[in-house]
Amino acid sequence: MSLLRLGTFLLFACSAFAQSAPNDISALKEAVAAAQSAGDNAWMLMSAALVLLMTGPGLALFYGGLVRHKNVLGTMMQSFAMMAIVTLIWGVCGYSLVFAEGSPFLGDLRYLFLNGVGAAPNADYAPTIPHLTFMVYQMMFAIITPALIAGAFAERVRFGAMVTFSTLWLFIVYFPVAHMVWGKGGYLNPFLGGVVPVFDFAGGTVVHITSGFSALVAAVMLGKRRGYPHEPMKPHSLVLSFIGACMLWFGWFGFNAGSALAASSLATSAFVATHFAAAAGAVAWMIAERLHNGKASALGAISGAVAGLATVTQGAGFVTPFSGALIGLIAGFVCFAMVIIVKIKLGYDDSLDAFGVHGVGGLMGCLLTGVFATNQINSALKLPNGSPAPLGWVDGNAAQVLNQGIGAVIGIAFGVIGTIIALKLTGLLTTVRMEQTDEASGMDITLHGEEGYLFED
Amino acid sequence: MFKIDAIIQPGKLEPVRRALAVIGVDGMTVSEVRGHGRQKGHKEVYRGREYTVDLRPKIRIEMVVPDNRKDEVVQALADAARSGEIGDGKIFVEPVLQAVRIRNDDRDDLAL
Repeated sequence: MSLLRLGTFLLFACSAFAQSAPNDISALKEAVAAAQSAGDNAWMLMSAALVLLMTGPGLALFYGGLVRHKNVLGTMMQSFAMMAIVTLIWGVCGYSLVFAEGSPFLGDLRYLFLNGVGAAPNADYAPTIPHLTFMVYQMMFAIITPALIAGAFAERVRFGAMVTFSTLWLFIVYFPVAHMVWGKGGYLNPFLGGVVPVFDFAGGTVVHITSGFSALVAAVMLGKRRGYPHEPMKPHSLVLSFIGACMLWFGWFGFNAGSALAASSLATSAFVATHFAAAAGAVAWMIAERLHNGKASALGAISGAVAGLATVTQGAGFVTPFSGALIGLIAGFVCFAMVIIVKIKLGYDDSLDAFGVHGVGGLMGCLLTGVFATNQINSALKLPNGSPAPLGWVDGNAAQVLNQGIGAVIGIAFGVIGTIIALKLTGLLTTVRMEQTDEASGMDITLHGEEGYLFED
Repeated sequence: MFKIDAIIQPGKLEPVRRALAVIGVDGMTVSEVRGHGRQKGHKEVYRGREYTVDLRPKIRIEMVVPDNRKDEVVQALADAARSGEIGDGKIFVEPVLQAVRIRNDDRDDLAL
């Protein structure tokens, strides 16, 4: 009896399906697309928030702990000011200058005031998420990049000068380089019609090379902190730095895995490679420090992790997990040598090692991506016959190391020349350095009129 | 009246307070200070920059006691604060001319 009823039901069901099949399939396709968009959008909004978390409080705590206590608020404000100011600049024109199709070197102004940037996806960049999500995700990268530079002139730059410089720097350095690497038709973008193919998954060149080399120039042009290196300038709270570094590690999953622009297996791959690199960077720095002066320090361990993270950024979505670990290991040792030995020999005052970690790490990461990038991880680039193109040296494409080198040189050139121009212009508009007495009293009181730590009533 | 001014290791504050409580002394002023006697400093390294730290964290206890209690307080304090290592600290004793309890204007021994 029940079998008969089941058979009758199936018969009806089949005939019903046969009649409305075309409608059902298109409805099904829509439902699948909506479900994928929901999943991808959830991840990308979360990733955007994670990348913002890297600047505040991540970088603010990391840098804030490394300075003397009289400068803690001034240093944290540099990061926070970027969160506020770059957001508005990005919305007004920054997004358009980077991601609108224009010349190979800069986007046009079609997205001025986010004109036309809404719920509909931009198929060129991220076909499954709202264009607005892509816009706000990329905004967070523009926020952290100038905030990173601030580590080079910590404890001595005036607030207004820092804000002016950072604003000019975005237009002269960040927007052109980001457009070249990531924008449609960008000179270095291999996926959207570029001339020289440079693989930069999450901003090794766009973020770390530009900010790191700019930091070096800024440190040299501004000069040392008064009293450096004779007077003690110990970090006032490595506890703050420790918390900040752990937040950077956490936020970096949004930075690197989020750069897959979807909740995809590629995001997972970038996530794992990123994590391995951070771990290996920390291990390498601890070993180097133990061998060099007998103790593995907390500051060393977190510095190594950040070095690993900065270095793997460029290749995160192109390399295998253990290539990521190797990249992190190299980063830990080389950045240690830069910060501990080379910087002190050369005598420039890159106060918080923005160059030693981000510049050197970014440059190595750019070149190492040319070595380790493989189409087993990322098959987005196709040959004319439709099969995945060989990416790095491990795929047999040794020339990619040269291409990455061209990308790095362009990033460095923009960073160095752009910073010189931006700092000179800033100097015409306002006083860049703090007065001697102000520097002695600290940024918190003289620039902001408040103190970070009040333990009395 | 004598003022007892003791510089001790930070970890010895609680043992000293217990020992003083046992003999019935509970008024004192405690501050965190830095200094050194014969104890050598230590080296700190932050990203390759070395600092020699000579001034060590110490705890300073100040209290004023009546003449007849000076010796037992000093002894109890020294015994409780002693580890036998360099850096245990010092105790200084000096005469006090006058004491006033601000609340009710009690004077000298009454004010202690």
